[in-house]
Amino acid sequence: MFYEFALEHAWLIPLLPAIAFVVIGMLTRSYGKLSALIAVAMSTISFLLSTGVTYAVINNGISVEAPFVQKLSWMHIGSVDITMGVLIDPLTAMMLIVVSTVSLLVQIYSCGYMKGDPGYGRFFAFLSLFAASMLGLVLAVNFLQMYVFWELVGLCSYLLIGFYYYKISAREAAKKAFMTTRVGDFGLLLGILLLQINFGTLDFMALKEIIPAHILSAGTGLMTLIALLLFVGPIGKSGQFPLHVWLPDAMEGPTPVSALIHAATMVVAGVYLVGRAFFLFQEIPCVMNVIAWVGGFTAFFAASIAFTQTAIKRILAYSTISQLGYMMLALGVGSLTASFFHLMTHAFFKALLFLCAGAVMHAMADEANIFKMGGLKNKMPITFVTMTIGVLAIAGIPPFAGFFSKDEILGAAAAVSTPLYLLATLTAFMTAFYMARLLFVTFFGEPASEESYEHAHEASWFMLVPLMVLAALAVVSGLWGHMFGFGEWVRFGAAHEAGIDMFIAVSSTILSLVAFGVAWNIYVTKKWSSDTIAEKCGILYKLSYNKFYIDEIYAALIKVFVDGVAKVFYWIDIYVVDGIINGLAGLVGGISNLLSKAEDGQAQHYAGFFVCGVVILVAYSLYYLAVLGGAL
Amino acid sequence: MTGFPLLTAVLLAPICAAVLMCFVSPKAAQSIRIISATAMTVALALTLYAFFSYDLTAGGMQFKENIPWIKDLGVHYALGVDGISLPMLLLTDLIGLAAVYSSWNITNRTKEFYILLMILIAGVTGTFIATDLFIFLLCYEVVVIPIYIMVIIWGSTKRVSKEYAGMKLTIYLLMGSAFMLVGVVALYLMASSVLGVNTFDMEALAIAGQMGLLSENFQIFAFLLLLLGFGSLLSMFPFHSWSPDGYAGAPTAVSMIHAGVLKKIGGYGLIRLGLLVLPLGAKFWAPLIAGLAMINVMYAAYIAIAQKDLKYVIGYSSVSHMGYVLLGFAALNVVSVSGAVANMVAHGVMSALFFAMIGFVYEKTHMRSITELRGLAHQMPRVATGFMLAGMASLGLPGLISFIPEFTIFVGSFSVYPVFAVLAISGIIFTALYTLRVLAKVLFGPKDTLFDRYADAKGAEMMPLIILGIALVGFGLFPQLLMGMVGTGTEPLLPLLERLADTSAVIGGIR
Repeated sequence: MFYEFALEHAWLIPLLPAIAFVVIGMLTRSYGKLSALIAVAMSTISFLLSTGVTYAVINNGISVEAPFVQKLSWMHIGSVDITMGVLIDPLTAMMLIVVSTVSLLVQIYSCGYMKGDPGYGRFFAFLSLFAASMLGLVLAVNFLQMYVFWELVGLCSYLLIGFYYYKISAREAAKKAFMTTRVGDFGLLLGILLLQINFGTLDFMALKEIIPAHILSAGTGLMTLIALLLFVGPIGKSGQFPLHVWLPDAMEGPTPVSALIHAATMVVAGVYLVGRAFFLFQEIPCVMNVIAWVGGFTAFFAASIAFTQTAIKRILAYSTISQLGYMMLALGVGSLTASFFHLMTHAFFKALLFLCAGAVMHAMADEANIFKMGGLKNKMPITFVTMTIGVLAIAGIPPFAGFFSKDEILGAAAAVSTPLYLLATLTAFMTAFYMARLLFVTFFGEPASEESYEHAHEASWFMLVPLMVLAALAVVSGLWGHMFGFGEWVRFGAAHEAGIDMFIAVSSTILSLVAFGVAWNIYVTKKWSSDTIAEKCGILYKLSYNKFYIDEIYAALIKVFVDGVAKVFYWIDIYVVDGIINGLAGLVGGISNLLSKAEDGQAQHYAGFFVCGVVILVAYSLYYLAVLGGAL
Repeated sequence: MTGFPLLTAVLLAPICAAVLMCFVSPKAAQSIRIISATAMTVALALTLYAFFSYDLTAGGMQFKENIPWIKDLGVHYALGVDGISLPMLLLTDLIGLAAVYSSWNITNRTKEFYILLMILIAGVTGTFIATDLFIFLLCYEVVVIPIYIMVIIWGSTKRVSKEYAGMKLTIYLLMGSAFMLVGVVALYLMASSVLGVNTFDMEALAIAGQMGLLSENFQIFAFLLLLLGFGSLLSMFPFHSWSPDGYAGAPTAVSMIHAGVLKKIGGYGLIRLGLLVLPLGAKFWAPLIAGLAMINVMYAAYIAIAQKDLKYVIGYSSVSHMGYVLLGFAALNVVSVSGAVANMVAHGVMSALFFAMIGFVYEKTHMRSITELRGLAHQMPRVATGFMLAGMASLGLPGLISFIPEFTIFVGSFSVYPVFAVLAISGIIFTALYTLRVLAKVLFGPKDTLFDRYADAKGAEMMPLIILGIALVGFGLFPQLLMGMVGTGTEPLLPLLERLADTSAVIGGIR
């Protein structure tokens, strides 16, 4: 049977794109179309295998308690044994589907989007490497395997953000992304090391057995530290406050990259890690609290910045940060199901939004500022419809996907903490507003620039087909998950009952509709002036527009504490450490100079020294005899 | 191949080439290059054969050769390799071959250059395969001479003159060897008196040391001497300042071999003599070494951030990476020591690749500063690939050679020196910072037509990238190839190290 084959050979899922990377990178990268064909073909097989695996999970009744595991030894030294392998349970299956679907669609879209780019082949090589790394991460059987692929997706992100390497801004953004996530990885690595040292294993299934017992006997002290350190990694990777700064800048990369890596897949790696290690986190309530509040605050904070941004991809980037905050919040309040449900729907509608944004920018000669667009709905009807679906989905309007998943999160938050629930609801309102603003300003009203409006055109079919598929998913994935028992499969502990709290559902929908109405009045009918509102908000507007100056603060801190200290150390090295060494050398040199002066070749001097010596010896002998009274 | 003196052949290959080249006309530069490349290819092939036919289950010294030499002193021409020295030998030949190709375009006194290079490689090879302490010292001293001459003739002058750089390198090497020599002579005399026979045999000395025949006080004293010698060779703080200046002044091949392998004699010696022969001494000084290791990592990484000259960046970076080796050594357990050995190999490959790329760019453009070089990925995509590979390995990217060694060191040292370890691990952030800054400035950014007239690497110029790149990726994807080998050398130390862990004699009692 195909699905049995897929399950047994799940390791092929990441391997095939990896092969595509090697083949394109080594051989075919100068042949653009061939490279694209190889990449898409490999991704298609990966996708088919992923669906096979998912079918096998359902058919064989593989559950989170009884996953399918295959592994082999990767490295063994002393007492340290590192394995690589595949761990397949419903979480994995869901992630495989999400990653391989979006990855395949984005690759197809890129065939059209990247047309004419001199780095066409290179682009598909990197996309394939990314798919391989991300799929490997999803299949990880232990923390180290996850860390390995975690770093590799980071590398791909770096390479793809900096894809237009001739642009200074892209180059700097790539570096910033790598550095910021590296700070998070430092924490993650420490956490992993502590696990290895204390438990002698990093295997998820083994730790799942050991840790509850450890906490029972030894308390939560050590585990709290480990859990907090591990969580630093996801803060970096999933753009949580205060390490969110790299994600908006990551939009320097080509738009398909933003859709795939910085919206749908890589940035949810942090959420996935927390979910994968949920057995560890959920044992420690105070860490869960930290996760919930970091997530809740990030959701609100990023939404407040998205309010005032003007670049289309930046708005979407902040909305990604905000939605990732939602997922963290859901994990923090203990609902793995809600978090992963949102992860899935978000992957579809956010990829859709980004790809639509790409289509728009493509049509507008790479214009990014939404206020320089306008009126595009007549020129690009398909893009307009699909984008509207995306906006409705993210705003949580029933029956679009975001409604069901957001509702789950709000419900989970309400069950645990009222302040968090209120914060999340407020964020939902803000989300609806800024997304409506994005949609209305871009597609409605009068064109801001006649010339570029004239040139605007609908994108090619390579780009439109993925849009339509994603739009369909953004419509049905929520309802589908709701009806067919997503929570029975993707869960931690007991199965989650699918149910809608009418109060939460109705109130959040009404708030979203109100937000739409406000945005309509401001940006379409212009009944209320946005400038006046901005003026009235004064300092708040300025803070939001300048992203709360966090980038500037970090830059100043780095200048003092990294570059400053570096200069001081360098000074010490040259003038103190090396100075002492050179000083010693100089001392030796000086003494030898003195001594060599004595040896000047003049017989009179030698005779003089000789006489002096004799005088001293005689004097000393007399002194010895006379004063000390000794015998010679 | 029973009875074939494999290690002697590896040692003789460069020597034969050197002798042969003496009889070749200086004008026949191409023949000289081909002779050198052939000799190193043969040496590498033989080493690879040894590497893959080494019996991992048996372990211990293999491919042994032993011919008595000076009977009265107990000197033997004794060679052999085990899981610790075989990776170092492989490293030597990998880098040796790459260095031959990196020097392909040298036109000034080609003949003399290659003869000296071959002598240098032979010297380094000898230190790793010698099982007799006398031969070890002899080969070590052989290394000093070619280095000095090569730096002052083919070196380059930037911040410091090549004469200063050559002098500094040589004096440090000699100072180190002076301390080492005193330590070794003391060890020899002491061992002779307790064993009743004169021997330089490292295994016999190790047995004497581990059986407790050498007193603790003696071990502490002798280890200090070795630490001063090997430590300064390994650029241990505060004896590191030769490293950046020396590499900056040296020609490419010397930088590659010095940073790649010669430096590693320090770490190798600390394990082979320090740990195996003087275990109590190692235990006593370990906390000090761990502290200095932490300083190495942090301090040098910080300084690398402030550097403008590429060679200085890599020079300080190499000091920083050696901190990890020292930390792995100081933690004194099987896992950490294995990591230290493996990390020497990893750093060797990576730094040699870095120096090869810098050397190539410098040879073409005569520029080395990150303020002058920019956007080279446009004109030199292959060189850019080399820089990226080396840079990513430097910041410990999984899938490349240095990740598993570093991880192993961290696992091994964390529980022994948690504070030093955490500080040292934070080095991964600073390493990433200076590496990425350099890569960004030098490789990326707008195209500068100034560099249009320089061609990308091709033909022989590509060889260092290919040879070292294969090692970098191969050992990265299949770390067990390296770790399995290292393990056969380090895992038998388990009883010794466990015994040491129970010994309380540490400096000042601090941990």
